[in-house]
Amino acid sequence: MKFRSSVWVLFGLLTSVCAWAGTEGYTFPIKDPFAATVVGTPRDVAAEPKPLRGANIRNFHLKVFPDRATPDVFWFDERGLRTAVAYQDDKKAPLIFLIAGTGASFDSPKNRGMARAFYNAGFHVAAVSSSTHPNFIISASSSGFPGHIVDDSKDIYRVMELMMKRMGDKIEVTDYYVAGYSLGGAQAAFVSKLDEEKRSFNFKKVLMINPPVSLYNSVNILDKMLEENLPGGLDHFDAFVDRLMDAFTEVYTTVDHVEFNDEFLYTVYRNRPPKDDEPLAALIGTSFRMSSASMVFTTDVMTNSGYIVPKNRVLSTTENLGPYSKVAHRITFLQYFDELLYPYYKSKQPGLQRQALLDQLSLRSIESYLRNSDKIYVMHNADDLILKPGEINFFTDVFGSRAKIYPWGGHCGNMDYKVNVDHMLGLFADAGAGK
Amino acid sequence: MSQRISMMCPARVLFISLSLLWLAGCSTTEQKEPEVPAMHSVEDVVNPDVNYVVDVYDPWGPMNRSIYNFNTQFDRYIFLPVVRGYEFILPTVAQDSVSNFFSNIGEIENFINSVLQLKPEATFTAAWRFAMNSTFGVLGLFDPATKLMDTPEWDEDFGQTLGHWGVGEGPYLVLPILGPSNLRDTTGLVADGLMFSAIDPLNFDNNDAEIPYYVLQAIDKRHQTKFRYYETGSAFEYELVRLLYGKYRDLEIAK
Repeated sequence: MKFRSSVWVLFGLLTSVCAWAGTEGYTFPIKDPFAATVVGTPRDVAAEPKPLRGANIRNFHLKVFPDRATPDVFWFDERGLRTAVAYQDDKKAPLIFLIAGTGASFDSPKNRGMARAFYNAGFHVAAVSSSTHPNFIISASSSGFPGHIVDDSKDIYRVMELMMKRMGDKIEVTDYYVAGYSLGGAQAAFVSKLDEEKRSFNFKKVLMINPPVSLYNSVNILDKMLEENLPGGLDHFDAFVDRLMDAFTEVYTTVDHVEFNDEFLYTVYRNRPPKDDEPLAALIGTSFRMSSASMVFTTDVMTNSGYIVPKNRVLSTTENLGPYSKVAHRITFLQYFDELLYPYYKSKQPGLQRQALLDQLSLRSIESYLRNSDKIYVMHNADDLILKPGEINFFTDVFGSRAKIYPWGGHCGNMDYKVNVDHMLGLFADAGAGK
Repeated sequence: MSQRISMMCPARVLFISLSLLWLAGCSTTEQKEPEVPAMHSVEDVVNPDVNYVVDVYDPWGPMNRSIYNFNTQFDRYIFLPVVRGYEFILPTVAQDSVSNFFSNIGEIENFINSVLQLKPEATFTAAWRFAMNSTFGVLGLFDPATKLMDTPEWDEDFGQTLGHWGVGEGPYLVLPILGPSNLRDTTGLVADGLMFSAIDPLNFDNNDAEIPYYVLQAIDKRHQTKFRYYETGSAFEYELVRLLYGKYRDLEIAK
């Protein structure tokens, strides 16, 4: 067993070296994957395409299931699924859908960055929230149990169709494209596969940025990142926050001209780099846990599962959610998988094995499609934290020259880096966009 | 995160919000099926010996949550549409000038509170900026102090002054339209407002500019604040904002 895995690792190293051949001289400034993931691309090396002009953006709410009632506690979401389309002055242009990563909304900073880049390159841009974002679960998830990548992609596909219906003849799309980052990247591939049957869009190109290979492996890594990097465990989360605040305070009070903006974390990191990766890992774990806590709570209420909130309890618009929040932040994604998602699918398909369900939630389940479909591209980082050791080789192996693997950048940390953005746009250079 | 906007006809704001709260209270909740305890119940999971960061002293929670919801609606249907209109009509340069103007007037508040906290550097910063921006910056419409002289604003207010001298934050408080605050910072807000009225730098006693001034100031503040209600989509947003507001103010006070 051991021998076999080491052969695989060796084989992987060889193939990855080949894929990296084109990335020598890569100069993204943050080489620590934890730091890159946390602070992202420093502004002075970011592509910074010019911002979208407000006049050309159409924000709208979709009632995906018109008969679905919104529970009182989610009163703020009763208008439906929030989405946006940025459209060109010239009606006739290619359109790209952008799918956000885990827990992120359609206008998350990363989606915005991509939207600006594509918009400036002459695309209409249609942005979709992650199927794990509470607004999506409440308004657009058919089951209310997000996390099943195949079914989530069906939900996303339905939303895309509705968005285009809503835009009507305001735009005239020459060709459709789809891209996504993180979980949204993996979903872009499943959406594309679904489109091969449904043919609503006939996607011309698909781009996956920093996707997981196996959802199970990635959430496992992220779950552990929190608990394993908090001295004393989650019961001592307050001490971690205090230390973080001490670091913030020190930088904020001693360094000149520090402002609270997108650059703040980078400023802190530059002026007071942590001695090891532990606090950065804990921070990534915290961010993931906050997303999953909101997701689990939303699913619990929407499906009346009696998971955190007692079954049949009706929560009011001004309910004190503090106690539920404490519980929700203790639930790992894997617990959600084992205690809600798997039982739900088992009730629909009796005899379904746990492993069989896990296998469905992996790019390996559509490996031959990915291998043979020339239109699907991937951009990834060799040090991406959400991949298990060796998993990066899946991309070099399956995608071959359609994979661009950067030597560092962590999880999505280098997405706004000029070199990365140029490569991304280069992949779509033949799209025939206006400019 | 902070979204503090100077007083805008407080009485009217209060009246409108109270009536909306009353209307909101009229909706009834009905319950049909009996409750079944949750798999991960609050009783089982929450440990009274653990210090949860989400716990902030919030004895007026129910009222605060109602006002938070009201603010969300106000923001959605009145405030943001007005701000979007403002951004559409005014060229970006003019928008920046409006921001600079209010920031320059705000130097008076920064100056007074820096003096009250015995902070020579901050006091000098406020005085220098006010002098430079009022003259070379054409009555504060431009900000040469930041752009040319590398002296950015050092924000101080009476809430920070109280915090500096050891006054605790008191109960958390959500103010109508103005957003998250606490008893200490609300007291500070009132004190700053009174000081501003006493000094009356724009001679409001003898002109009709007071209301337009506060309305424009509110629009400018919202224009500069990136926060959007429920962008996270999380039902726990109230708790998150409550936590971050306190932490943010701690940082401001420490500086």
